[in-house]
Amino acid sequence: MGILEVKDVGKRFGGLKALSDVNLSVAENTCHAIIGPNGAGKSTLLNCLVGKLIPDTGSVMFQGQSVLGRSPHEINQMGISRVFQTPEIFGDLTVFENMMIPLFAKRDGAYRLHAIESVMNEKSLIEEAEKMLEEVNMLDKRHMHSASMSRGDKRRLEMAMCLVQSPKLLLLDEPTAGMARADTNNTIDLLKQIKDERDITIAIIEHDMHVVFSLADRITVLAQGTPLVEDAPENIKGHPKVQEAYLGEAH
Amino acid sequence: MFGLDKKDSTLLLIVALLTMLAPFIFNPFPTDSGLAQFNAGYPDLMQRFVIFGIFAIGFNILFGLTGYLSFGHAAFLGVGSYSAVWMFKLLSMNIVPAILLSVVIAGLFALVIGFVSLRRTGIYFSILTLAFAQMSFALAYSVLTPLTNGETGLQLTLDDPRILGSSATADGSIPVTNLFGLEMRSAYDLVIGPWSFTFSAGYYVCAIVMLLSFYLAIRIFRSPFGMMLRAIKSNQQRLNYTGLNPKPYTLAAFVISGMYAGLAGGLMAAMDPLAGAERMQWTASGEVVLMTILGGAGTLIGPVLGAGAIKYMENIFSKINDNVLHGWFAFLPDGIEDAIVFIIHPFVGKGWHLTLGIIFMLVVTFLPGGLVEGGQRIARLFNRKKADDPKSASTEPAE
Repeated sequence: MGILEVKDVGKRFGGLKALSDVNLSVAENTCHAIIGPNGAGKSTLLNCLVGKLIPDTGSVMFQGQSVLGRSPHEINQMGISRVFQTPEIFGDLTVFENMMIPLFAKRDGAYRLHAIESVMNEKSLIEEAEKMLEEVNMLDKRHMHSASMSRGDKRRLEMAMCLVQSPKLLLLDEPTAGMARADTNNTIDLLKQIKDERDITIAIIEHDMHVVFSLADRITVLAQGTPLVEDAPENIKGHPKVQEAYLGEAH
Repeated sequence: MFGLDKKDSTLLLIVALLTMLAPFIFNPFPTDSGLAQFNAGYPDLMQRFVIFGIFAIGFNILFGLTGYLSFGHAAFLGVGSYSAVWMFKLLSMNIVPAILLSVVIAGLFALVIGFVSLRRTGIYFSILTLAFAQMSFALAYSVLTPLTNGETGLQLTLDDPRILGSSATADGSIPVTNLFGLEMRSAYDLVIGPWSFTFSAGYYVCAIVMLLSFYLAIRIFRSPFGMMLRAIKSNQQRLNYTGLNPKPYTLAAFVISGMYAGLAGGLMAAMDPLAGAERMQWTASGEVVLMTILGGAGTLIGPVLGAGAIKYMENIFSKINDNVLHGWFAFLPDGIEDAIVFIIHPFVGKGWHLTLGIIFMLVVTFLPGGLVEGGQRIARLFNRKKADDPKSASTEPAE
């Protein structure tokens, strides 16, 4: 029984069958990569996991509880954090404030009216935020306006915002898309470090095979909305079905 | 001080000093001088400065922090006024129960309107609030006449029950509003040489309430709640995926700002116990938007400055008529005098809106952060000049 169990999930958009019969089991404390050509349904699948979309058929269970019909903030409170393809951060806020918001969410739940207390009095949370910033080497940038940072820094900040909540499952949507090689390698190192040091399960959607093969313990190949193969990375590389999916039958 | 950091305490102190010394500050010209008409230190106008200051501070909590632009906040102000006048009619002329009721009723109103309007964002939210405010206006103006007395407006009469007070005073007139006996209309004139300063009880009650509201607003700005509201303005998607539900936060901000508006409406009625439907009209809602943007949305002091600037222009600029202009330019030859008066005429007197419009355009174009940004730029210019001077640079602490 994995931490995340996807069973017979199907999703249609009008006449387009985006997902059908998707079965997926992500084992605890592993890194599971989902790869596939463009339009394979990777993003649709991810959106079904975080409450942005509700699948037409099938079930998605996280730690034995269904996530279907729950809103994104409820799913986050269950212990699933998501990193977006283009970094989603609070651009108008400073780096430090960006870190405080997930900490408040974790401590106080989805809503609490703390209108009189000062943020600056939350000593233990501030400490936690600074510790996390130090871990991602951003402590010196804590007073910076986060919108003015480089894309790589925004990505690291977003990752730190997710990690500071110590989620059980971290979902990454093409975390290195559009990054320079050096930034990509930094991200890989950061993710490796996260994987080694924390009790965390990672599910990653990625185009970049370099990233996938350096991180994943298990890979699912998705094509035209259905999983083609699921196996360990070393078996995926030479798999004929995978090559066929990527290169196309016509070739 | 009071749980604020040094910078905020200084700001609060400055605002406290300004409001407490306002009768001096706004009356800089001797009573008989030609410039006396620029004096704004009479109770009625000073009360309006602080009351609209409260209204704008509250509006800024919603608009400045969350970015939700409400075009219907005057409805809460109007509801507050009506509630207060009803308290004066039914209970007593003490302003405390009246103001409390106006805050509560405005809060309930805001809860209902906010609950519906906040289902949409952006322009649709603005239109929904505008629609609600106009509905409230129409109801107050014609449909709910027994409650609001329609066009005439709700006024006190000699047959009002006032169960805890008296229907009429000993000499048969309507009693005046008071704070445990301190009459709001009572005032003391201090005459120093050619100057005259008026200290009115009503103004000081309003000013103290304004200071309390301002203090509360600072606390909200610096609280986790305030930070969440800014996060809502910045990125709702991220907020959702961070495990936070933005809806209760925006609704709470909406209700709080509605209660501020109700407080302003209640104070207005406390100073002058009548309430009319025109207080709820969309122009009144638009005015508070102008105040907030003119002063600087999202800043602490901006809305108060904006409210003061607009109310000053409305009351002082509008008094400059052709006769006054002719008086000013009398030293010029007749032809030129007439020409200059002809040019200035559209911008003053009844045309003061034109001046306001031009100032607003200039501020929005060149100072998107409002008057506060203007002040900051001047301060920076000043600091730079100081920094060029090596002697003072060494004594100034680095920022």
